[in-house]
Amino acid sequence: MASLTDVPAPAKPTTEGLLRNPTGRGPRGHGQAVRWILLFLGGVLMVMPLVYMVSTSLKWPHEVYDVNLIPEEPTIENYTYVLEDGRFYDWFVNSLVIATITTISNVLFDSLVGYTLCKFRFPGRQLVFIAILSTLMIPTEMLVIPWYLMSQQFGWLDSYWGIMFPGLMTAFGTFLMKQFFESVPDDFLEAARIDGLNELQIWWTVAMPLVKPALAALAIFVFLGNWTAFLWPLIVTNSVELYTLPVGLSGFGDEVDVAWELIMTGAAISTIPTLVVFLIFQRFIIRGVVMAGLKG
Amino acid sequence: MADIAIADLIKRYGETQVLHGIDLDIRDGEFVVLVGPSGCGKSTTLRMIAGLEEISGGTVSIGGRVVNDLEPKDRDIAMVFQNYAIYPHMTVRKNIGFGLRAARMPRADKERRIDEVAALLDMTALLDRKPSQLSGGQRQRVAIGRAMVRDPAVFLFDEPLSNLDAQLRTQMRLEIKKLHQRVGSTIVFVTHDQVEAMTLADRIVIMKDGHIQQVGTPDEVYRSPANTFVARFIGAPSMNLLDGASLPPGTVPRASDGAVLVGIRPDDLHPVTDAPLVEGRVTVREPLGPDTLIYVDTPSGEVVAKADARTPPAVGATVRLGAAAQDLHVFDAASGAALRVA
Repeated sequence: MASLTDVPAPAKPTTEGLLRNPTGRGPRGHGQAVRWILLFLGGVLMVMPLVYMVSTSLKWPHEVYDVNLIPEEPTIENYTYVLEDGRFYDWFVNSLVIATITTISNVLFDSLVGYTLCKFRFPGRQLVFIAILSTLMIPTEMLVIPWYLMSQQFGWLDSYWGIMFPGLMTAFGTFLMKQFFESVPDDFLEAARIDGLNELQIWWTVAMPLVKPALAALAIFVFLGNWTAFLWPLIVTNSVELYTLPVGLSGFGDEVDVAWELIMTGAAISTIPTLVVFLIFQRFIIRGVVMAGLKG
Repeated sequence: MADIAIADLIKRYGETQVLHGIDLDIRDGEFVVLVGPSGCGKSTTLRMIAGLEEISGGTVSIGGRVVNDLEPKDRDIAMVFQNYAIYPHMTVRKNIGFGLRAARMPRADKERRIDEVAALLDMTALLDRKPSQLSGGQRQRVAIGRAMVRDPAVFLFDEPLSNLDAQLRTQMRLEIKKLHQRVGSTIVFVTHDQVEAMTLADRIVIMKDGHIQQVGTPDEVYRSPANTFVARFIGAPSMNLLDGASLPPGTVPRASDGAVLVGIRPDDLHPVTDAPLVEGRVTVREPLGPDTLIYVDTPSGEVVAKADARTPPAVGATVRLGAAAQDLHVFDAASGAALRVA
């Protein structure tokens, strides 16, 4: 007969039992490992071009076509050459001016249109929004010819304005801002209306500060997009001094050979501002993407 | 003068009509509460007074001036919203001063006015805080401060206490009442809470389905409800409505030859020993402290009565309930309208 002190010892978990019903501390299964491997491979795929760019920028010309990641005789000669070349500064300034103006324009006008589409009820509102969204489906390559013809007719070829005008407003920016303005309660706007502000003042004073994260995200997207833009600036510019960085860098070299080490050096230098911008504002970018994806 | 005259006010959204020609006169300095269930049109009426909704028909006049076509800013009104509508990116000072942005007055005067309002609302120490650093009650006071700072002729409140917990709501109710007594402005206040309406209002406007059911002082709408809807809506627990035919002959006041409903407030219905109106079995007891509510299953349906908290009948016990003749309300069974007792 069992006495009161015959308390059975707690059963130890068996391996079979743990495999059937994991505790969370034991083996996590093959699925997790496969996910990690895939993520690692994806990460390598993303980082490799950057590593190769930096590697090539540190090579002598005769070593450029060797696929080694670590240069045999590393040199900073390419950096000295590129930075001492006056054209690089022109292109850098061109890119900076164009990306900055385009960014400011997008932040103002995309948000103004997004706000109007979000907060005002007028006939055809939905149609306008769909029309704007539908332009997202047209690839840039298709638009280049109409843009060129337009630039030619207006006399904008080979000018800052010519480079900038297609990107001064974007459908994506309008969509992004419209989604963010959905989160601004109508009461805020109505309270300001009663307090005597006109619609433009309400947009600027009340609505815009409330969507600052979206504005930051939009600014970063637009800035990066214009900083790296290649096709349209290449087509619309003829003068070397009006080239943007990507266009200018692609021309390094001569008729016989492409100076990849110089191109990679220029690319590495031009990446620095975008990396800095990204590192500072990455949380806004992520929030912007998540919001635009989840809402509406 | 800040009297408000609403005449034959109509609101349509496409084919749907939500306000069916309401008429209401609000005197200068009066505290009027619009109350009713969701979708009754109370907030729509308020927003039409504010100019935030277009008027489909009829007129709204403020201070003798028809304001139908005036912008909200030109109506000399201020509004406090349900979610406060205070701007999270501005300090309390800026929020309160926001109402003065459009006002053409020297900066020093604006600052003085903000300080006065903050002092009145006991918020001077909070002026440099952001709304995220404030409690619900403090945020509500900022919203009221922003409305007050412009010294408008009319204050409009759109369910301003709905987001507060029960204790804070009672406290803010008192503060709003005191504020009205101090500033004496005309106030139109919307709520779905009949207790708020009863405690705050000089006059209550009870609405249902876009129609006004009754306008009167809290005492009038409680003591003399115009119809069964008002009778049931005002007062907690709701008034008992019994079929007149189910009550003992001679107990129902003679008011009509047709079928009638007899209304008795739970406060007026008590256990009695003789001449009962109804008799039934106690199903639930709710002790309230001084009294105990008893739910009694009777042949006429479930009724609620008030019993002495010291000697409440037990659950399952049979009780006889009675009320004084003057506490019986008689309604026409078909229309629900109150009938004059002969």
